[in-house]
Amino acid sequence: MLEVNGVNSFYGKAQVLNDLNFDVASGTVVALLGRNGAGKTTTMKSIMQLVRPRKGKIIYQGQDITGWPSHKVARNGLGYVPEERRIFTQLTVLENLEVGRQPPRDGCTTWTEDMVFDLFPNLAERRHNRGKALSGGEQQMLTIARTLMGNPAFILLDEPSEGIAPVIVEQMARVILQLKDEGLTVLLSEQNLHFAQAVADAVVIIEHGTQKFAGSLASLQSQPEIRDQYLSV
Amino acid sequence: MGLFIAQILTGLANAGALFMVASGLSLIFGVTRVVNFAHGSFYMLGAYVGYSLMQVLPGMVGFWGAILLAGLIVGVIGVIVEICVLRPVYSAPELFQLVATFGVILVIQDLALMIWGPTDLLGPRAPGLKGVIRIMGEPVPQYDIALIIITPFVAFALWYLITKTRVGTLVRAATQDREMVGALGVNQAWLFTGVFFLGCALAGLGGALQLPKGGADLLMDFSIIGSVFVVVVIGGMGSLPGAYLAAVIISVLNVFGVTYAPQSTLVLMFVVMVIVLMFRPFGLLGKEEIAGEHGQTGEPERPIKPAGNRVRMLVTAGLVLLALLPFYSGNFAVVLVTDIMIFCLFAASLHFMLGQGGLVSFGHAAFFGGGAYAAALFVTYADTPMELALVLAPICAGLAAVVIGWVCLRSTGVYFAMLTLAFGQLLWSLAFQWGDVTGGDDGLVNIWPSDWASDNDVYYYLAFVFCIGGILLLRQAAHAPFGYAMRAARDSARQAEAMGINTKRIQWVAFTFAGIMAGLAGGLFVFSKGSIFPNELETARSFDALIVVFLGGVKTLAGGWVGGAFFEGVKDYLTRFEYWRLALGLLIIFVVILGPEGIVGSLRKAGERIGLLKTPEDAK
Repeated sequence: MLEVNGVNSFYGKAQVLNDLNFDVASGTVVALLGRNGAGKTTTMKSIMQLVRPRKGKIIYQGQDITGWPSHKVARNGLGYVPEERRIFTQLTVLENLEVGRQPPRDGCTTWTEDMVFDLFPNLAERRHNRGKALSGGEQQMLTIARTLMGNPAFILLDEPSEGIAPVIVEQMARVILQLKDEGLTVLLSEQNLHFAQAVADAVVIIEHGTQKFAGSLASLQSQPEIRDQYLSV
Repeated sequence: MGLFIAQILTGLANAGALFMVASGLSLIFGVTRVVNFAHGSFYMLGAYVGYSLMQVLPGMVGFWGAILLAGLIVGVIGVIVEICVLRPVYSAPELFQLVATFGVILVIQDLALMIWGPTDLLGPRAPGLKGVIRIMGEPVPQYDIALIIITPFVAFALWYLITKTRVGTLVRAATQDREMVGALGVNQAWLFTGVFFLGCALAGLGGALQLPKGGADLLMDFSIIGSVFVVVVIGGMGSLPGAYLAAVIISVLNVFGVTYAPQSTLVLMFVVMVIVLMFRPFGLLGKEEIAGEHGQTGEPERPIKPAGNRVRMLVTAGLVLLALLPFYSGNFAVVLVTDIMIFCLFAASLHFMLGQGGLVSFGHAAFFGGGAYAAALFVTYADTPMELALVLAPICAGLAAVVIGWVCLRSTGVYFAMLTLAFGQLLWSLAFQWGDVTGGDDGLVNIWPSDWASDNDVYYYLAFVFCIGGILLLRQAAHAPFGYAMRAARDSARQAEAMGINTKRIQWVAFTFAGIMAGLAGGLFVFSKGSIFPNELETARSFDALIVVFLGGVKTLAGGWVGGAFFEGVKDYLTRFEYWRLALGLLIIFVVILGPEGIVGSLRKAGERIGLLKTPEDAK
């Protein structure tokens, strides 16, 4: 469904991504693993075209989306959940959802406020609160909910378990599996191998912007030396 | 009592136009981060377009229809400006866009002059509302009452649009994090254009609405922009109720000022602004500014390095040529180059605090004009000789900078910029209205150099020594540890604080140093001209310096004086033509679009491309 083909990305003149090559199959959950600073966020941003790859292509549903403006990428069904949450703190929960709303898309669930509140019951109680009044976990839920309002077919989750309480991490894992059941494809970035093991079908490992491993979760588990070398467990 | 109420009503009526222009400016800034200097020009266009429409549309329906149409037309003109001028430069370094909007001011000024001519136009009176009503015996124009009723409706409609509709929600979201709004599938480009349309339409509406009270003239753009900035800052950036409240305060204050303290009307407004900001740094109803957290654009700053041998040789050759100028050219060139050198020192001083310190000042003319006035006042009232006056000018400007810097540096970013503008206006209004001492509009004259320096060639060398010396000193400061500390405070204030740098003090010293150098330039200026007028303190003068710094290149060391030389030279040539503003404005817009790095930055890029200069990476 998504192909990352030989992608090289830069910040100014500093190269951050070096020839990344991996695919995400439709209906699967793929975990992008790597330590802090490995280039996970830049990979996500390169797919969204928030960072323009200088070399290589991003192919989404057979279409080359490299160089598209980000809003067009999003309108094609790619939903992006950024790392630092980036909710609109001055807007209420409902208004945050409104910003994410897009017209219905063929073959995708059409999300409503009530549906995302079913998914995240905590948010329902806080619908009239401003973003800045939410806890870290609630903010994380709101970013995901906001992106779902765009009725994506594919969702990019940048470090969904970062900086939130363990019980909410568990809830996140359940939500991701629920979204997979709804037919969504998920690419998530993680430092936390346990979290990835709980949800992912396949794994891509990067280090210093270079791809070190791509394969199924089972094949990673049969190669503990790779795991030990590139991931802090 | 009757008079009192009548005056409050007049103030409320005047607040209408001010509110509309201010809320438009505030909206545009919130979403696009563009400080639209040209907003006053759209207000002026609204008045002119409304006037022309009222000539052809008859009766009461025609009058109000003309006002609405004027708003729409000005909105469309705003869209054209946004698409043609601003879209290409959104990705340029922050605040670079305001140079483009300054180009727009010049273009609109000359276009208005071409279409409507130089004479002030008297606005037609509103059909059906030509009379007055008596309130406690005092006459109040019916049209004023109409304005008092209309304005809250406009304010309410705007408030409803922004807080209750989807478009408004998107606008508020984009004000906080426009990149994220784009990543959620919203086309930012059209959101920007839409906001620009709305903001300009509001300005146009304001201009057309005030026609029966003030008419239309070519000075409207600058005369309102100062008040608009004050209103936006007092009310709080991005707050509509704040803008309304502040517009009312300022307008009422003005009406009372005219009656009870006609000598201080202009000063009053800025005094109020300074007081408000001392207690509420983000305005009465504003929120803390968190600009630049996301969506920072442009290339990262480059480390600065001492000039290489080739550059040194070039500069030395240039200086030798400059030093020999009186030997191979005429009197005219000598006087022109004296002007240019003085302006270059002024620009370099602003460039120093802006480029190295990240302190964007909208009121640097306060120190240039302040130094000039200080010298002129000493000569006029104390018979001070030129030599001493030239020392006192930078000292006085420096003292002013110590005080003004202390107040302004309590805020940051756009609030800092607005505060400096307010102080600039404050000094200007002092010079303009305190006629007994400063000569008011007639200025101070007969400020001539001492006998030994009265020859143009000799004065040229005097200016040469001080200006080149000053520019080199500013450059030296950038390479000194002080310069490192300034850049650290600019790039990451928190990090710098954590390393033990007192960033506020560093910025304060930098501000003062820049003020001293601008004061020196001002002192040299007054003796070269023999006179000084309030326009050297004007906001337009501060804008000149600002344009020059951005045109030259903020992120380069030489940007200040290169831009200054380019701007003064071109201006001297262009002012010979009737429509020189149009030409200069187009030139500025052109340079902004083609070379968003500024002149020096673009030349450096070009040099690197053809291999004449080394890139930072090569050097490693």
